[in-house]
Amino acid sequence: MKHTNQVWEFFASVRLAIFTLCSLALTSIIGTVIPQNNPDSWYVETYGPAMAQFFQVLDIPDMYGSWWFLILLGLLCANLIICSIDRFPTTWRLMTIDQMAIHPDRLQSMNLRQEWSLPTPVSAGAAQFTTALAKAGWKTASREIETGTLLYAGRGAWSRLGVYVVHISILVIFIGAIIGSFLGFKGTVMLPEGESTTRIFSTTSSEPIDLGFEILCNSFSIDYYPNGMPKEYASVLTVRENGKDILKRMIEVNKPLNHKGITFYQSSYQAYKDFIVSIVIQPDKTGKVFTIPYQQEMQWPEKNIRFGIVNAEGTGDRVTRIKIWMKHGDQPASTFWVDNGKDASIPSGDKTVAVSAKQMFATGLQVAKDPGVWLVYLGCILMLIGLYVSFFVSHQRLWLLLRPDKEKAGTSILLAGASNKNQTGFARSFAKLADRLRGMQQ
Amino acid sequence: MTSSLLLGITTFTYLFATLCFVYIFVFKAYRVYPFAIAATIIALVIQTAGIGLRWYESYGMGIGHAPLTNMYESVVFFSWAIALIYLLMEWKFKTRILGMFALPFAFVAMAYASFSTGISKEISPLIPALQSNWLIAHVITCFVGYAAFTVAAGLGLMFLLKVSKGGTEIKDGHRPFANIPSPDQIEDLINKSMIFGFIWLTAGIITGAVWANSAWGTYWSWDPKETWSLITWFIYAITLHSRYTRGWTGKPLAWMAILGLISVIFTYYGVNFFLSGLHSYGSG
Repeated sequence: MKHTNQVWEFFASVRLAIFTLCSLALTSIIGTVIPQNNPDSWYVETYGPAMAQFFQVLDIPDMYGSWWFLILLGLLCANLIICSIDRFPTTWRLMTIDQMAIHPDRLQSMNLRQEWSLPTPVSAGAAQFTTALAKAGWKTASREIETGTLLYAGRGAWSRLGVYVVHISILVIFIGAIIGSFLGFKGTVMLPEGESTTRIFSTTSSEPIDLGFEILCNSFSIDYYPNGMPKEYASVLTVRENGKDILKRMIEVNKPLNHKGITFYQSSYQAYKDFIVSIVIQPDKTGKVFTIPYQQEMQWPEKNIRFGIVNAEGTGDRVTRIKIWMKHGDQPASTFWVDNGKDASIPSGDKTVAVSAKQMFATGLQVAKDPGVWLVYLGCILMLIGLYVSFFVSHQRLWLLLRPDKEKAGTSILLAGASNKNQTGFARSFAKLADRLRGMQQ
Repeated sequence: MTSSLLLGITTFTYLFATLCFVYIFVFKAYRVYPFAIAATIIALVIQTAGIGLRWYESYGMGIGHAPLTNMYESVVFFSWAIALIYLLMEWKFKTRILGMFALPFAFVAMAYASFSTGISKEISPLIPALQSNWLIAHVITCFVGYAAFTVAAGLGLMFLLKVSKGGTEIKDGHRPFANIPSPDQIEDLINKSMIFGFIWLTAGIITGAVWANSAWGTYWSWDPKETWSLITWFIYAITLHSRYTRGWTGKPLAWMAILGLISVIFTYYGVNFFLSGLHSYGSG
């Protein structure tokens, strides 16, 4: 029995908490210095084969998911749970204890106390103090004791629970993270404009993951600032189920799309040397969209049109102007420049051919499913509330002992107070309150 | 009038205010105290105007955003928060001498921001990842926390100075640092400012996580900046717990306040230069 007690005490101790927190803080540094989750070969190249081998044993390349780091986190959880179970009964007793069972001698020895006397009898004073304290937000009670009347006023007893809320919030966050890692996934997909997919690829294992629906990239666009920095990446995505379009939305960085718990984040893009050319013949209003590679001829036989991209201008991989060559029927061939994404109208006999061209992109999407994230957020909110309560709300207690004086006409009063935290602040408000109570009756 | 001129003036006003406090400390000239406080308030007002003007200027350039987006702007805000927290503490607790320990940090931060050649003061447009309202919440919460920790470390220095010479047993007035408040009082203030900073740091980590989740779909990815913010959080969590068990009050507490600030500065500044990760845009 003694033995179990010792184990229990070890797991309930603040010492273990300090040890675990120190260990977590120190070991966490490793993963910030040694880059994480690179391919094995990278560690061999950078640190040599012997060191890389050593890293493998300790799981350093993925240290935050390694067995020993998880053990430390597990130890922290065990410590949080056991210390909370261990201390809670005491806290509960402190919250619910009969505060008026206190011995009058204890009041005499409290740090914060004041004494004065009143010319009025005990009962009058008691009633007046009770109303004043209740008005100021104190929960009051009174009892007749041997020597007189004892008034008790308390507030913030519940704040003693704050620390448990903080401890629970950490566990809630961990549960959310565990749910996310077992029932969720993180993946990516590079989706060219105009194409769709039902599968994405896991970030960790590169295995394909079925979405359960189809996602189509209608278009991708980048906006630039005048200085050439990217201003916004945006993709128009369509969700399809059983061949039917369910949802069509534009996503940007910081504005993802969510469908059935799976979220699509705009994360990157890839520029192609292909172009999307759309041709509309006026006044027939017949048109078609083509994807064509750079400097290759394309045909639209039904309309007897041949065309191609003969030149393109731009900076880096970004095209700003496109030179198109086109021949329509027997008309002489024409070449002309259009700005990327803009169109040009070319008169062609009795018709007009409107041609627009834009560089083709693939949108890079991060895809995530995390059913635990709401628990994580709940944990975060609980933590902030818990921290606030445990640091800034205190359990404050006041006792007023009213005793008839020797002549039995007046009352001698003893006011004592205690707070479980922020002693200096409470001492000040105690002094103020005492002044108010003393000033009430002359 | 440009924002960088106002912020340059701010730098010298903080220096002036700091010197006033040094004067008070050395000559025990408490009649200078209102003057020193006034100088601090004036510096804070000029700085607030500078930050506001920079915000306005960014709109004039057509790339309007809150001035909290790069190293320069964050250092300026850091200094602003230090001065504000210092003034609030002084107003509430009347230490009269804390200015000498807290304001140098505000001055050094501003001097680094205004005059270091390694820091770009340009108002630049925001890359897509930074275009989020979480940016403002994240930067404000983190830096209010950092500023509170800075004040805590200043108090820590004050504490160590107080107990280093003379000791506590000699009567006030005969001690070399008689004008520093009693160790108990400083210790209480260290604890208060650490608690205050801890809550803001927690909120800063949380807003960062929520933001990361809305931008990348991962609320925590163990990137060096995130990890270091957590290490800092652990350090303060350890300090707050050790009060209950090891009786780590007094000197150890003062040292922890200083160690905490070192970790804060590494999280904030060191990570950008020594380690690579998602927060790379914070370095320019």
